[in-house]
Amino acid sequence: MFIVCALVPRNHQDHLPSGRGVINSGSCLAGMIKVPGGSYHPFLHRKGQPAVVKVYPFYLDVNAVTNEDFLAFVRANPVWARSRAPRLFADAGYLKQWAGDFEIGDDKIKNSPVINVSWFAANAYARWKGKRLPALSEWEYAAAAPPVGMNRGPQLTRIILGWYDRPNPTVLPQVQSTYKNIYGLYDMHGLVWEWVEDFNGVIIQGENRGISNFSCAAGSLNSINKKDYASFMRFAFREGLQARYTVRSLGFRCAKDCEREMLL
Amino acid sequence: MKVVYLNHCSSQAIFLRRMLLFLVPVCISFTACIQHAKTDAPQSDTAAITGEYSPALTFAPNVPEARNNMTPKKVIVEIEVVEKIMKLDDGVDYTFWTFGGKVPGPFIRVQEGDEVELHLSNNANNKMPHNIDLHAVNGPGGGAAATLTVPGHTSVFSFRALNPGLYVYHCATAPVGMHIANGMYGLILVTPKEGLPNVDKEFYIMQSEFYTKGKNGEPGLQPFDMDKAIKEQPEYVVFNGSVGSTTGTNALQAKVGDRVRIYVGNAGPNLTSSFHIIGQIFDKVYNEGGSEINRNVGTTLIPSGGTAIVEFVCREPGTYSIVDHSIFRAFNQGAMAQLVVTGSADKNIYSGKIADEFYYPPIPNDTGSKNKLAPVPVIPELSFADRFKNGHVLFESNCGACHQSTGLGVPGSFPPLAKSDFLMGRKDMGMGILLHGINNESITVNGKHFQGVMPQLPLADDQIASILTYVRNSWGNKSAIVKVSDVKNMRNQ
Repeated sequence: MFIVCALVPRNHQDHLPSGRGVINSGSCLAGMIKVPGGSYHPFLHRKGQPAVVKVYPFYLDVNAVTNEDFLAFVRANPVWARSRAPRLFADAGYLKQWAGDFEIGDDKIKNSPVINVSWFAANAYARWKGKRLPALSEWEYAAAAPPVGMNRGPQLTRIILGWYDRPNPTVLPQVQSTYKNIYGLYDMHGLVWEWVEDFNGVIIQGENRGISNFSCAAGSLNSINKKDYASFMRFAFREGLQARYTVRSLGFRCAKDCEREMLL
Repeated sequence: MKVVYLNHCSSQAIFLRRMLLFLVPVCISFTACIQHAKTDAPQSDTAAITGEYSPALTFAPNVPEARNNMTPKKVIVEIEVVEKIMKLDDGVDYTFWTFGGKVPGPFIRVQEGDEVELHLSNNANNKMPHNIDLHAVNGPGGGAAATLTVPGHTSVFSFRALNPGLYVYHCATAPVGMHIANGMYGLILVTPKEGLPNVDKEFYIMQSEFYTKGKNGEPGLQPFDMDKAIKEQPEYVVFNGSVGSTTGTNALQAKVGDRVRIYVGNAGPNLTSSFHIIGQIFDKVYNEGGSEINRNVGTTLIPSGGTAIVEFVCREPGTYSIVDHSIFRAFNQGAMAQLVVTGSADKNIYSGKIADEFYYPPIPNDTGSKNKLAPVPVIPELSFADRFKNGHVLFESNCGACHQSTGLGVPGSFPPLAKSDFLMGRKDMGMGILLHGINNESITVNGKHFQGVMPQLPLADDQIASILTYVRNSWGNKSAIVKVSDVKNMRNQ
């Protein structure tokens, strides 16, 4: 609970979070794609909050961060090595899939999304890269885009539910092994869950602090689309997380602002 | 946390809290509330705990044995959530979300007054967050909020088992219905302080529905179908997690004279069960799993998310079907289990079949002669034109769907009748086929092979005569009229 309270929900319309880097050259954007701005209907909607959230254009990694990417980060920041990272910032499962502190071990997963990383570790990686974690609204907005050649609608929901229906594979497939969406982003669904910057924003809002809005049938009272089971599951998953948790099917990708680019 | 407690406290507690707000507010307000609660609650609810233990958990159809020691204990229950592919029906697999690796989850047996400390672990290989809502809990969410757990973690919470009864537990993570539909449920029994009367056999049965993309029986790994779940139109309704889980060699076993108690749960997620055992009478039903007992019940209603405890004495040997008496669920969707009772029969209670005799319906207005045969009506022969006309109508309603109005059939599936050497060359003019059907025989029609399957239709001699007259004189076919007497003779051969 302490950790949850320490994280302030962030409204991206109001201010820029700290640690947002200035984009100064095209080369910084290697591996990223500009997601055009637009409006987004938040899955969860409460009284007094806007039914539509504006999302400003931003950059998002084409792929989830891989084990190899993360190894480079750990080498440069040994404090984040498996055996050294404080348990307060990464629980006992941190990088469990690796062979050692600076060794992935299994070559097959080199190019697979890094998993078993805490929010703190993911956030540190993003900062090291001069990036940041995407906001929940940004991630949801980008992930709602349909696969290339497919219309928006229930088809995407079926793809997502199909992933939920299958048990986790023994060896996690590589990035770009599922689908590319119309923005050019790969694997937004179907490979791993992904951290977002304000993953726990949902439960620390409102007066019911500490009381789950997702645990009971009453959870459906706040949502917009009661048939959006895929979103229900994502939000329930995020609610179960704490920032130090690591999970075998949870990775991340980084984002970066566009606004500053226009100011320069 | 503290706000919630203060809302329920006396003004004195609020005063206390204000005085000590800057010291240790959480502790003080919490303590004050506990004391406040104590004055209202019966003493036994919070009787001292003497010792702790981890009870045996059993999977259906087994029930853990009752504990002898009646003093309240701390009971530690550990359950692991596992997502895995298992069999739903022969050739049909499903990705089940389970408590303990099976559906339904383990049977938890505690006693009134026990403090239950529940450890819920979510296997690291799982994909979903899960939790547990036990209907035996007094508290928000039944423990759901306290146990929301992501893969690779364990949540712990405890509750006092204050109300005796049989309760459902289930996962309550959003979307709740899907977690239940995928198999996350089980039963927890809180036995009353004085215990339950002894019986000879105890069983655990839980009904539930499955909503698969494919229709009932469609093979392969079947995904969950959200639309069917919302419409409450399951493909499967089963006992203990799969079709045939409790039949044949897995049937429940008892002996003549046994008093049997079944703890029955209905997980839903949607349907209400009309629980019945064909050929048994529940001499005791603990209605809805509570403390009220109803006696001599044939079928008892179990709501979704509800339970019943049923008891009966096995009087006669035999196999008894356990069903949801919303009977199409039993017959077509899998809601069928079996109880096999062995021992010697008592003809005083059940005779079995004593006689099998011919029965002739009495002739109306002739009360004097009960068993006199009604005169057999003579069926008149018809003209060719009438036969042909009647035959045309009968053909369209009985035969046309397969053989087509054109008489050409469907290549590869249904043979043609038009200019059919198979039909026209027959000595019996086709009467044998209509009288007896064709039972999966290899036949050749105009040089083409067909695997002949034609049902034996319930047609009268008169109708057969008309159909054959029509068929044998249409689409280029030409032959004589088929008479009723021909068919009658053929039938009697």
